[in-house]
Amino acid sequence: MEQYDVGIIGSGPAGLAAAIEIEKNGLSQIIIERENRPGGILKQCIHDGFGLHRFKERLSGPEYAERFLTEVINKKIPIYKNTFVTEIKKDKDGFVLTLVNSDKSIFETHVKALILANGCRERTAKQVFIHGTRPSGVYTAGTAQYFVNISGYLPCKKCVILGSGDIGLIMARRLTLEGAEVCGVYEAKSMPSGLTRNIAQCLNDFDIPLHLSSTVTKIHGNERVEAVTVQKVDGHFNPIDGTEEVIECDGLILSVGLIPENELAKSLGVQMDYHTKGPIVNQRLMTNVKGVFSCGNALHVNDLVDYVSESAEIAARGAVKHIKKQDREEQINVLFDDSKFLYIVPQKINIKDLDEDIIFYFRSKEIVKDAVVKIKAGDVEIFKRKYPSIKPPEMECACLNIKDIDFSTENQITFEMKI
Amino acid sequence: MKKITCIVCPKGCEMTVNQQNGKIIVTGNSCKRGEKFAVDEMLHPTRTLQSTVKTIYKQMPRISVKTNNVIPKDKIFKVMNEIAKVNVKNKLKNGDVIIKDVLNLGVDVISTVDMNLYIN
Repeated sequence: MEQYDVGIIGSGPAGLAAAIEIEKNGLSQIIIERENRPGGILKQCIHDGFGLHRFKERLSGPEYAERFLTEVINKKIPIYKNTFVTEIKKDKDGFVLTLVNSDKSIFETHVKALILANGCRERTAKQVFIHGTRPSGVYTAGTAQYFVNISGYLPCKKCVILGSGDIGLIMARRLTLEGAEVCGVYEAKSMPSGLTRNIAQCLNDFDIPLHLSSTVTKIHGNERVEAVTVQKVDGHFNPIDGTEEVIECDGLILSVGLIPENELAKSLGVQMDYHTKGPIVNQRLMTNVKGVFSCGNALHVNDLVDYVSESAEIAARGAVKHIKKQDREEQINVLFDDSKFLYIVPQKINIKDLDEDIIFYFRSKEIVKDAVVKIKAGDVEIFKRKYPSIKPPEMECACLNIKDIDFSTENQITFEMKI
Repeated sequence: MKKITCIVCPKGCEMTVNQQNGKIIVTGNSCKRGEKFAVDEMLHPTRTLQSTVKTIYKQMPRISVKTNNVIPKDKIFKVMNEIAKVNVKNKLKNGDVIIKDVLNLGVDVISTVDMNLYIN
């Protein structure tokens, strides 16, 4: 059986950044990628705005991926492409991965630590409740993006977009540029899910209307989408009778949320956080299963790829420390009021490992003006910042060093938000 | 008075622009880039454009491209028409020029992908 120090699942922005960090530390590794081209979703994200934090440049998705991929190729870090992980089993000094590809058929590989960098999935038509038929022409925004940007097909000529997630907004612009008509973006919530700048540059620039507190309630058509019914919704997302409007179109694009993919993690007994829908981790991004790390969109859905790469590097350094058996453990909980915060990552802090700065990622539950966020270790305030505006689509970070806190009495970290 | 959402960075500041005695006054921005964007947006709005072009390669039927500088906002669809005419017949690197000085705008359409990384 092949043996490596680290196995990385996925070669998107998280997997590639993790691999480079592992390489810097001189450990052996294998990247496993199920597609035939590395780069993950960035390959089809041809729009710009990637890497503003990290490179201070506005890169397109393929350009951002290439910065990392070139280094991975130059360093000769091995990637198994077109390869699926069918099973992972824990043994006494690591994990046995069962892999399948067309070159080697079914084979096993042993790794001492595992970095789950396998991203997230789009919520599909089956996961949202819409009446009517299921003709062709109903796509998730990511599938539509794949058709247009990778394959070169226009998936529809006149469409309605349900959900105001960033990919939906980006696709509203993209389909318009390629000659399709986008009748409107419908969002059941009373606020948009995507970044404000994407509302501006993808919808407003092209006079595409955004209908808040509205949703698609029915799909019409047999072979192909012929129309959809849209309706206003009340505060509990229930459609309001009498507000129905039928819009003729040949496509419905869904941008109704992303969910971290964690089937492999769950099979290993990794505990999940229902706020993030990703694993519960400590500041090294290690899960409750020792040696299993999670990063990028598999951990929680990020709005910027820069954070994805950053989290992958943290996970990689954690894996190095784990393999070198330098990690001792005594964990405390990070607590927050979930009426104010959507989530906080990491959810636990290992207080035996406080030498390095700790990055907290968090999102507010609602749009709040002039919010003050405080972080306390026990009763000691360790962070306080005023936010003129804090909103769920825009993730916030706090980078803290808490090595001087006496944790013999302070046995929890608490997030507070004052309005 | 005009409200403008800044698109320079993901922060997306909501800015207000006022014209007083021929001067443009910007408020609500958090940095100088935002102020410049707001002034440009009032006088001559521009955007960078990203799209894809056709290739002859089966493994990579489309490649991603962008304008290497901003173009006037009202020229976006005209540049898209030029981009639609392209068929790439050799393996391009990131930054290779695909359309030189598109529509005499002083801006090139360039590749944003190194095809050699993906095609054997």
